[in-house]
Amino acid sequence: MLSSAVRSAKSLRLKPITRFSRSFTSTKYRRDDAPRLTSLNTFTEEEQMLRETVKRFATEVVAPKVREMDEQENMDPSIIQGLFEQGLMGIETSPDHGGAGSSFTSAIIAIEELAKVDPSVSVLCDVHNTLVNTVIRKHGTVEQQEKWLPLLAESKIGSFCLSEAGSGSDAFALKTRALKQGDHWVINGSKMWITNSYEAEVFLIFANIDASKGYKGITCFLATKDMGIKIAKKEQKLGIRASSTCTLDFDDLRIPEANIIGGEGKGYKIAIEILNEGRIGIAAQMLGLAQGAFDKAVPYTYQRQQFGQPVGTFQGMAFQIARAATEIETARLLTYNAARLKEEGLPFTKEAAMAKYWSSVVAQNVSGSAIEWAGGIGFTRETGIEKFWRDSKIGAIYEGTSNIQLQTIAKSIQKEYS
Amino acid sequence: MRPSAVRLLNILVPVKRAVDYAVKIRVNPQQTGIDTNVKHSMNPFDEIAVEEAVRLRERLGAKVKTITALTIGPAKATDTLRTALAMGADSGIHVEVSESAPAPEPLSVAKTIRTIIERRNKDAKSEEDKIDLVILGKQAIDDDLGVTGQMLAGLMDWSQATFASKVEIDTDKKEALVVREIDGGGEEIKCRLPLVITTDLRWVDHNNLSPRYASLPNIMKAKKKPIEKLTPADLGLDYTPQLETLKVTEPPKRVGGGKVANVDELLAKLKEVGIEAKA
Repeated sequence: MLSSAVRSAKSLRLKPITRFSRSFTSTKYRRDDAPRLTSLNTFTEEEQMLRETVKRFATEVVAPKVREMDEQENMDPSIIQGLFEQGLMGIETSPDHGGAGSSFTSAIIAIEELAKVDPSVSVLCDVHNTLVNTVIRKHGTVEQQEKWLPLLAESKIGSFCLSEAGSGSDAFALKTRALKQGDHWVINGSKMWITNSYEAEVFLIFANIDASKGYKGITCFLATKDMGIKIAKKEQKLGIRASSTCTLDFDDLRIPEANIIGGEGKGYKIAIEILNEGRIGIAAQMLGLAQGAFDKAVPYTYQRQQFGQPVGTFQGMAFQIARAATEIETARLLTYNAARLKEEGLPFTKEAAMAKYWSSVVAQNVSGSAIEWAGGIGFTRETGIEKFWRDSKIGAIYEGTSNIQLQTIAKSIQKEYS
Repeated sequence: MRPSAVRLLNILVPVKRAVDYAVKIRVNPQQTGIDTNVKHSMNPFDEIAVEEAVRLRERLGAKVKTITALTIGPAKATDTLRTALAMGADSGIHVEVSESAPAPEPLSVAKTIRTIIERRNKDAKSEEDKIDLVILGKQAIDDDLGVTGQMLAGLMDWSQATFASKVEIDTDKKEALVVREIDGGGEEIKCRLPLVITTDLRWVDHNNLSPRYASLPNIMKAKKKPIEKLTPADLGLDYTPQLETLKVTEPPKRVGGGKVANVDELLAKLKEVGIEAKA
């Protein structure tokens, strides 16, 4: 699987230079030294600065609260406020709309750095940016963008409401219905597993306006909490416990006609498109998670002495660590390659699926091993290493299960070879 | 001349790219210096200097006309300058030296700052464009020399307020009120502009603030702020060192040591080696 990723990445990256450089210059966020071919470790000056600043925010502001937030299953409001103040809630949003006007890769960097410290904070930032902001930025009218993007960049958390009790992987079997009444739409139904929904004030709700049309009736509506969304049950989870996941109920929820995003019946297209790039965000979260667990456990193996030497220097341990570092590198390359492909306007669906699938595998492997490397202390909740492992499980489930990713990859291969 | 015109402040903030405070320092095998192939960032004392400059603008508004960041260093020192710009400085000046060149000594740094000020003040169209305040860290965490600010004040014949933990400026009176961190407490001094201020780490406690993180929108804006590139030769300066480093060694490794369970055991051990409290 990996070798095919490398192969397809190569064939895409080495297309004739003229085309390559054209696509570079046509995008606003080209790398400074374009069109020279660079490694995936090459970042622009501002991307490097962003990484530094997010790392600092994560270690100084987020890290001291991680354990408490996990135990209390609650996101600290000061962290949400910090994310807004740092400009991390409008990463790609244009400065005209109160955002930073930065690149997709910048969003990926921020998500990775946050996940190194707390995957819960990371997913909050990820869903808000790569799903909610992006839907409005790409599919919203000028009026909608001017109204909602500044709010989302400055103070209001967004949430993406697609899944339902009976529609998970089969997302378009959703049962929530919208009926038109005058200049309003009236929505009835419920949503499940909705990330950020406890703190969110802006909701993108997918509902079917004409069941007879099947998935072509699915439409994206923008609602605010005060319109009457009922935040029902908050799930009690294994991992990412500080990130809220709730059930939402809509009981004659009235939404103004002006709040349809992307047009009637366009919801399924929006969802497919957005989830394709959203996967790169989850890949980055899982990558950061793996690195975070690695960074916590490895130094300990060089401090902990047994049989008169640091345990990390025994070959049995040293090779495990080497293998884990290599796995992290593969996840990193897949993730950033997918991000750059997307940024360069090249096809990326298969690569994004690969990145998401593989990073979640790596995250679980590495965080699991990290517990063992740290021994008994790694099994306690005090060090926070076990938390990474608990958090890693969600990577194989949300924003497309691992099987859905493999199916996406498989379909793409079947198309290429048949 | 309008005698009653609003006095404007132009601030120069020299910043240094130093080995990051969190990096474990290792002496190089040749014992000529330390391993510099590690993460670098802005000297934390200078971060406070930039923060103070930006806060002065937040307090005084338009009375702070410009904040200029200045750095001397290899090409990579641009990153440090960009950080200052992202924190709120308006423009940067980079005096570039080669990667392999020895770090300029404090006197060279002070002379560079003087030359930059003189150049700017000579070209100034009015009093309002002249640099009249320099804020810099009291020392850099790499060489810990801690003399650049004082040398600069001497060369310029300006007032100096060193080890500052609190700064208040009255632009109309052209006066500053500065709390200096000295042994046993704070010393409050009043001085006239033009002035050199060196910042102390206790600024953080006194103001109950940490230097800000560069937010993402400000990082993006910093990209568009101008950076002037110069060489020492452009300024008529020569950075040939006057000091020769003979040898750099690591502090001796700690030997022995042990843990005691309680105070009684500690006292017993002290007695054992012949240390006793006088009655």
